Amino acid sequence: MTAPEDAALRAGATPAAPSGVGFRLNGRPSRADLPGGTRLLAALRGPLGALDVKNGCNAGDCGACTVLLDGAPVCACLTALGQVAGRSVETPAGLVAEDATAKRLADAFARHQAAQCGICTPGMMAAATALLRTGEALDAARVEAALGGVLCRCTGYRKIIAAVLDAGGVSPLPSPLAETEGHVGAAIPRLDGARKVAGREVFGDDDAPDDALGLVVIRSPHHHATFSFGDLAGWVAARLGLTRILTAADVPGENVHGVIPGFEDQPVLAEGTARFRGEAVALVLGEPGALATLDLDDFPVAWTPLPAALSPAAGEAAAPLHATRAGNVMCRGRVVKGDATAGLAAATHRAEARIETGFVEHAYIEPEAGWAERVGDRLELRCCTQAPHMNREGLARILGLAGDAVRVVPLAAGGGFGSKLDLSVQPLLALAAWVSGRPVAHAFTRRASMQSSTKRHPAEISVAAGCDAAGRLTGLTLQGVFNTGAYASWGPTVANRVPVHGSGPYLVPHYAAHTRAVHTHCAPSGAFRGFGVPQAALATEAAMDDLAAAAGLDRLAFRQLNAIRAGDANACGQVFDAGVGMASCLDALAPRWTAALAEAEAANAAQGPLRRGVGIACGWYGCGNTALPNPSTIRAGLTPEGTVVLHMGAVDIGQGSATVVTQIFATALGLPAEAITLAPADTDITPDAGKTSASRQTFVSGEAARRAGLALKRAILRQANLGEDGALRLENGRLALYAAGQPERVLDPATLPEGAGGYAIEVTETYDPPSTALDADGQGAPYAVWGYAAQIAELSVDTELGTVRLHRITAAHDVGRCINPLLAAGQVEGGVAQGIGMALMEEFVPGRTENLHDYLIPTIGDVPEIETHFIESGDPEGPYGAKGLGEHCLIPTAPAILSAIRHATGARIERVPATPDRVLAALEAAGWRDGRHEPGQAG
Amino acid sequence: MALLAGGGWRPLAGGTDVYPALGDAPAPALLDLTGISALAGVQRDDDGIRIGALTTWSALVATPLPAAFDALKAAALEVGGVQVQNAGTVAGNICNASPAADGMPPLLALDTVVELTGPEGVRRVPLEEFVVGPRQTVKRPDEIVTALFVPQPGASARSAFLKLGARTHLVISIAMTAALVTLDGAGRVARAALSVGACGPVARRLAHAEAAVVGLVPGEVTDAALAVADLPELSPIDDVRATAAYRQAAARRLLARTVRMAGGAGEDGQGAVA
Repeated sequence: MTAPEDAALRAGATPAAPSGVGFRLNGRPSRADLPGGTRLLAALRGPLGALDVKNGCNAGDCGACTVLLDGAPVCACLTALGQVAGRSVETPAGLVAEDATAKRLADAFARHQAAQCGICTPGMMAAATALLRTGEALDAARVEAALGGVLCRCTGYRKIIAAVLDAGGVSPLPSPLAETEGHVGAAIPRLDGARKVAGREVFGDDDAPDDALGLVVIRSPHHHATFSFGDLAGWVAARLGLTRILTAADVPGENVHGVIPGFEDQPVLAEGTARFRGEAVALVLGEPGALATLDLDDFPVAWTPLPAALSPAAGEAAAPLHATRAGNVMCRGRVVKGDATAGLAAATHRAEARIETGFVEHAYIEPEAGWAERVGDRLELRCCTQAPHMNREGLARILGLAGDAVRVVPLAAGGGFGSKLDLSVQPLLALAAWVSGRPVAHAFTRRASMQSSTKRHPAEISVAAGCDAAGRLTGLTLQGVFNTGAYASWGPTVANRVPVHGSGPYLVPHYAAHTRAVHTHCAPSGAFRGFGVPQAALATEAAMDDLAAAAGLDRLAFRQLNAIRAGDANACGQVFDAGVGMASCLDALAPRWTAALAEAEAANAAQGPLRRGVGIACGWYGCGNTALPNPSTIRAGLTPEGTVVLHMGAVDIGQGSATVVTQIFATALGLPAEAITLAPADTDITPDAGKTSASRQTFVSGEAARRAGLALKRAILRQANLGEDGALRLENGRLALYAAGQPERVLDPATLPEGAGGYAIEVTETYDPPSTALDADGQGAPYAVWGYAAQIAELSVDTELGTVRLHRITAAHDVGRCINPLLAAGQVEGGVAQGIGMALMEEFVPGRTENLHDYLIPTIGDVPEIETHFIESGDPEGPYGAKGLGEHCLIPTAPAILSAIRHATGARIERVPATPDRVLAALEAAGWRDGRHEPGQAG
Repeated sequence: MALLAGGGWRPLAGGTDVYPALGDAPAPALLDLTGISALAGVQRDDDGIRIGALTTWSALVATPLPAAFDALKAAALEVGGVQVQNAGTVAGNICNASPAADGMPPLLALDTVVELTGPEGVRRVPLEEFVVGPRQTVKRPDEIVTALFVPQPGASARSAFLKLGARTHLVISIAMTAALVTLDGAGRVARAALSVGACGPVARRLAHAEAAVVGLVPGEVTDAALAVADLPELSPIDDVRATAAYRQAAARRLLARTVRMAGGAGEDGQGAVA
């Protein structure tokens, strides 16, 4: 037997003969003139321009590139182009354009908020379309099996399952609220949903011009090493298609960036010493085709590995990574209220809890990507980002330019969760484009993204707490050490936020918290949904469970007794008279709590290795910067044509700010949300609405938008001499202005003089939430708004194997006012999913888990049903009473899961993730042997 | 074959292991086997079942097969997601020789024989001898696997497969076990073929444990009934997924559970991740 000649595919070699591959792409004849061994994904995203097919990992781990090959889902990244010859390939955008089933599915995805950032949506849609085409009877299990190969990091999957069931005729949602004006409180689908579900969203890697050069980033293979370059120019000259190599010496401005003033310490390209594995040291600039086949084995760099400190203890013993930071302590945090020692001494019951956590990777499905070009004396950059204005300032410093000489245009971000606040691919693109004068595009590989992006801080936290005989807290102390990695990033924020939040949302009369962040030779730890608070909550909440038991109280009742209320001073001495919904959250959970405990008890009456447990945890989170100014500016205008334009600088990374802020603005203005046109967060045309982080956009940018909406309304009404009680109606580009007892007036904006900004009427409003600096004891008013949350986890533990299966999460969140219940529920479900990952499976180990099959995030089968209750406490400061939510929803999840494991088995988890081996070890420490509990064996 | 003998070519079937192994490097010279119709399909005759080398996991699941193949079909549904099952082949899973290859334990329990074809013709190697280490097989560079042959299992043989991992889908196992069990007229184990994967450099049959369960009613096969001494084949390591000590304990419990399942004593616990 011999292989037919035409079955031999030669890739990567000089094509000796025409090597085109013909197939049907979305029903039309198509041809790619590439070697047959090329990945189908590269052909689709390259010459065939099918940018709706996403590249999340290039290794078959995430499913973002799912296409249908003769109707069957496959990963385009694992499929040889030659193997599709003569066959049919359908991509998500093609399906939605051509296929009635896919159209129905897209509609369901939009209505259910099944797409948040939208980067996994095409892959989900393709896989789900194949399922729906089978015509099989559907249930959730069947949907999960069919979509199990696609990872989503935003949604928590439940709304995706619901959307597929809906499209399959099972449990449809009512149609969208056709009559609504989309004002505050309306559960409208996200305004940018249509393009996400149709595969038309433009992400960081979807926008580059055809003539852009590419980059290969040379990164340190060692945690810590010195290095020197050989003959770089000679190496370039010996290879076709390469432009040049860039090193630190080519940075025209300062080779440094950072996000906290005074802590800028990270080079764009390392200078002689690499401080973590994956740190960039050089860029190879060239034609994309040449770079694709580049062999880097003989790249002229010589490495001298040095001893590496990978833990805080090792870091404190190592030579300083940064000259000014003795003992590698980057910073410390401290909050002291009353006399914690005395408070603990006076306690009737005391408890101590310890927790150790690992690095958690953001694992957004879109690796960092973008492109840049030099336009005259300016640098323009388009990329996925959470902080365009901060990026602009950072890039200006690196390039040695004035701030206004850099323009940053955000492309859609395929997930962020904190890590896309920092500069990552941006300075590499900016440098290469600035120096070469050519447009330059680059997307990080999954491995590069995981090696070099910021992570959640590993933490070692210990809490001691005490309560009186009645169960009232008397004091609490917290000690925390954080592995902040090689560079500062948001480490100072974490070190400061944790002591402020470490008491949990309880009235603690005497409190002391001390933290420090220590440098190591690891990737920088930075911002990740919660800024250290989720780690601290694991210890605080475990102590609350222990005290409840000691005081003989139910765990929910104990928390209810101690919940912080209006009029109580929190750990910083801050007192709120209203908008403190902690107790209301617990009230909302009480019915499910009682039922869940009864169900667990009944289930545990049966013999067998499965033990059921129920856990509870609370959480709180201050919205916005900690004790620092944190303004948002919103501009809005009425064009001469009668269009209302909202310049919305709050970057929507999937969480929904584009929709929610528009709803707030529309409510204030008094026009329907759909009448508002959004101008993007382009730094040239839209003012700074601050970064998308710290759960601040709904609150801070929302309040600025409310003020802008009111200001615009006033300015318009003034044209008709109408006052605040007037109202607007938009009809065919003309505004009808009316007020009680007055004749209706029609305003044609074209008759008004056009302002400098191109608007007939233009307003700009800024809002900066009132907070104060903290004193040496951490006392003051760190946040103008706090959100509160509590969650119940129900699960089973397999006591023979240490595996944990979740049955249900019930969440209650004080959001002040729910601007959009559909999007808010989506935030909660996504946050819960990340909390599940943190609790049970996620740990980034430098050098070991640099891909999405060794680093595990929850799949569609790992997130149980989630029921969410929203509490509307009516915040006095937030727009229409609203608070932030994005981070709050992650904080209670992992502690509730550990609480439930303990309830089920008595096993105390002190190290997350609680992988099966760790759970089994904890079971053995708690007296379990071979799936049976042996009293007296407890260690 | 001539191309393979000349060197420099890598055989390509489903691509689900070939491409990830490349990382982000360009594809080397790939010899696509998928056009060879003789390698496709599952055939049955009196001697047994021949799984053509191009049989994908999805195709295997869709093929009516005796109950002895239930373990293999269960494993098939654990190989990545649907996308990977639609492209990846059973034979490719064996050739890739990962210590955690999902197909290995059930195929070992089925006494699978690997059919290799090279310039000198066809040779047959028992699967137990085919994979000799992580990413190592006895396949010569000028050979390809053309089929997996499973001798006719007894009509009353029943099988089960359990995979243990830290999440539900898309998971590389911490441990996995397969059991092929035939009961006698009294409902006792007459013959057992047991195997384990991800607990050593290669998946292994478990001869001592097979002997230990013979004569037991399936419900009596507890992990306590399987002494530690019954599993000398296990040589697990510590890695990011679990400790060696955990694997040692969990594999025994998982094995006992798998035997009970195969023997019809019901399913308990949640050892399988899906």
